[in-house]
Amino acid sequence: MKLTVWTYEGPPHIGAMRVATGMKGLHYVLHAPQGDTYADLLFTMIERRDHRPPVSYTTFQARDLGSDTADLFKQSCRDAYERFKPEAIIVGASCTAELIQDDPGGLAETMGLPIPVIPLELPSYQRKENFGCDETFFQLVRALAKPIERTQRISCNILGPTGLGFRHRDDVQELTALLYDLGIEVNVVAPMGATPTGLTRLGAAHFNVLLYPETAEAAARYLERECGQPYTKTVPIGVGATRDFIAEVAKLTGITPEVDESRLRLPWWSKSVDSTYLTGKRVFIFGDGTHVRAATRVAREEMGFEVVGIGCYNREMARDIRGLAKEIGVEALITDDYLEVEQTIEALAPEMILGTQMERHIGKRLGIPCAVISAPVHVQDFPARYSPQVGFEGANVLFDTWIHPLVMGLEEHLLAMFREDFEFHDAAGPSHHGGHAPKAIHADEPVVEQTPAAANDDNVIWLAPAEKELKKIPFFVRGKAKRNTEKYAAERGVHEISVDTLYEAKAHYAR
Amino acid sequence: MNDMTPSKGCRDVPVLKERGQREVFCGLTGIIWLHRKMQDAFFLVVGSRTCAHLLQSAAGVMIFAEPRFGTAILEEKDLAGLADAHEELDREVARLLSRRPDIKQLFLVGSCPSEVIKLDLSRAAERLSQVHFPDVRVLNYSGSGIETTFTQGEDAALAAMVPVLETSDERQLLVVGALPDVIEDQALGLLEEIGVTPVRVLPAKRALDEHGVGENTVFALTQPFLGDTHAALERRGARHIAAPFPFGEHGTTAWLKAIAAEFGIDESVVDRVTEAPRARARKAIATQAAELQGKSVFFFPDSQLEIPLARFLTNECGMSAVEIGTPFLHQTLVGPDLDLIAKGPVISEGQDVDLQLDRALDARPDITVCGLGLANPLEAHGLTTKWAIELVFTPVHFYEQAGDLAGLFSRPLRRKELLKGMPNRLEAAE
Ligand code: SF4
Ligand code: SF4
Repeated sequence: MKLTVWTYEGPPHIGAMRVATGMKGLHYVLHAPQGDTYADLLFTMIERRDHRPPVSYTTFQARDLGSDTADLFKQSCRDAYERFKPEAIIVGASCTAELIQDDPGGLAETMGLPIPVIPLELPSYQRKENFGCDETFFQLVRALAKPIERTQRISCNILGPTGLGFRHRDDVQELTALLYDLGIEVNVVAPMGATPTGLTRLGAAHFNVLLYPETAEAAARYLERECGQPYTKTVPIGVGATRDFIAEVAKLTGITPEVDESRLRLPWWSKSVDSTYLTGKRVFIFGDGTHVRAATRVAREEMGFEVVGIGCYNREMARDIRGLAKEIGVEALITDDYLEVEQTIEALAPEMILGTQMERHIGKRLGIPCAVISAPVHVQDFPARYSPQVGFEGANVLFDTWIHPLVMGLEEHLLAMFREDFEFHDAAGPSHHGGHAPKAIHADEPVVEQTPAAANDDNVIWLAPAEKELKKIPFFVRGKAKRNTEKYAAERGVHEISVDTLYEAKAHYAR
Repeated sequence: MNDMTPSKGCRDVPVLKERGQREVFCGLTGIIWLHRKMQDAFFLVVGSRTCAHLLQSAAGVMIFAEPRFGTAILEEKDLAGLADAHEELDREVARLLSRRPDIKQLFLVGSCPSEVIKLDLSRAAERLSQVHFPDVRVLNYSGSGIETTFTQGEDAALAAMVPVLETSDERQLLVVGALPDVIEDQALGLLEEIGVTPVRVLPAKRALDEHGVGENTVFALTQPFLGDTHAALERRGARHIAAPFPFGEHGTTAWLKAIAAEFGIDESVVDRVTEAPRARARKAIATQAAELQGKSVFFFPDSQLEIPLARFLTNECGMSAVEIGTPFLHQTLVGPDLDLIAKGPVISEGQDVDLQLDRALDARPDITVCGLGLANPLEAHGLTTKWAIELVFTPVHFYEQAGDLAGLFSRPLRRKELLKGMPNRLEAAE
């Protein structure tokens, strides 16, 4: 047993729902207790869909337990077929039904429905939502896609977008336009927007764009094996990654890319002197593996940030993220426990967090600016406006989104100049973070140490004057100053930090 | 108010009972408001990742306000051996309680997975009560979807508390049902002015504030979904005061009068005490109800509040009801409300959601009260909806909230009117 308050991922059947809801003409019959229908509201509320998800739940109750539940399941299949006339059905169990051991696949098979019925095995007590997406899509592709004749013109499939995906809607549009510029047609986008019949045409593409490895890698590998379609390894999020992606596509297809970059603004925005103050901003990055990898590159190479830590919650991407962390010389945090993420952030004291909805809340609590780069997200990150992450417009969106929560350059300077000013002192917080009316400074207030010291510098204590001096440093660099000073002291065997130690450390680390 | 003349309203109307797919929350959702009310309680669900995901989806923002609830997620090895599961539970509970010394009552909340594997949480609760005695009281109830629907989770929790209340012979009124503090204070204020005393509440804010129960206790329910709690209190010798539920001006007055009668207080006292708030309520309702006059309403089953709310909307806001769906119908509890609803609407219990959707789309009611999974899809069909969960989370009881209650139903209609010049173009996800 593991005590959990907040989960980054839902159970695997939610992943299957994301595939089914993204598609058209597919129906999901889910053996599940009444109550599990709560999942519908993720799609109707957070994603604001105007249709019910194409899911029939058996919604068994206690009185049904026993042989009755198997009949209920068959009845649900029959009703779903009659009512919705889907092209194909997927069937499976939620965590409770997994325990009562009706066999949805076997039961559905005996019914002789005149459409493909694809059983799903989703181990609810071991795996999670992303696995559910990946496995469901893989099973669909395995059942429906066959090698067929290639299209005459060069074409590709876009694999990975699903219901409830972070910016999937606009990413597909941006990517489709980019591919069009390259002279490449999109054959099938799947799962989102595809029908089961559409999946049978997957084999006609020349190659696959694996847009989100979390949700479609198994299918991409299968298509590589069975249909001889190579798939792209670079996810085009960020300027550099987009250019690499284009080069990768060029190599796969033999085309000479001519790409219109006239609307790409990130590079100039980032070079303009207004952005100088961004240099070396210490950021911590957390989310799903794909978005973390992409954000790490953008942060370092395109924004000039210093990445002080990265991590992901989906252990399917653990190896990848560990490798990346090693490359850039930071620790990788692979965890699905948000308390651990919070501890890490507290210890690293970054100036900015790039993360999920949870990191936003952690940032709010710790007073650190945060931008959202990955699911899970809430309703505000399913925006009405066009806001892709991939491609050149995606890069523009990233620049704006990440910069917005930061204190502006001029404001930062003013804060440093007037750091004891009654409105600008650190407890006042950044001006545009709502709800932070300036609080009065109480100069005599005893200084309370809140950040727990790192394990190895337990024996370093802050003398009161040094602590007071530390408080005068603007809040957004104070964490860095504190850490540097403690490190400096620990390395020199200094046990008491005085004002001098503080400034010696500052001089030592000055760049 | 205990009028026994038969078939005045809908009490004897045959109920349409349906079985099929249900589109409802499970009882775990009750935790979201109960943990706010009971300030020294922690609700520990023993369940799966689905249960944790449900709580976080339903709790929204609250999940980060250091909630006093969580899920002990069962893992593969817990399913293999129940003995180990008990050990694991003991360990997780010990760890939790050492981290949160402010917790005085711990609820082990059963889920579908824990019920299906027959993990005996009542035994675990007894055992853990002994281990942590006297600092923490450990109780158990089930909020599983196979046994409970939405608000029934509160019923199960309160019913689990009744047997451990001390015995008291005091003549007292127990007001039962978790209400927001401001509403509770209003209710207690009115009862005090009328001269009913002493008055206790269940659930209390803290375990220490609890009072006993016994043969001289009479109790009034503020919520219609408290069937098991009702039965548990009767088993302790307490007696129920049947009354319409305190929604709207009529409901609140009838509720107070039924209690006053039990305490031998004359109706005129109630009339005098409530004169001003009644007038305020009438005025507030009238403002909101202008849009509701002559409109039709269709209730999907959700919270068991449907019958008293339909009574309020039809009697005090001039609406007509097409269908009143409820997940369960406790005749004894909602009988007085049913008496006051004019014959006409279909009263349905249980659900086959697809068939019910067909009926709603056929009837094209002016307003449809339903869950969050159905609301946007019905809006896309041109129906106007009021999502039902808000009726549980928003203060709606008693006089001062009567206008707000009507407002919850009129706002969607007003909004529709404001936006009518703007047809939909895109499906959200496309
Ligand atoms: S319906 Fe059952 S399995 Fe689903 S969330 Fe509720 S208690 Fe958990
Ligand atoms: S602010 Fe956070 S927890 Fe909140 S409702 Fe939005 S996303 Fe959910």
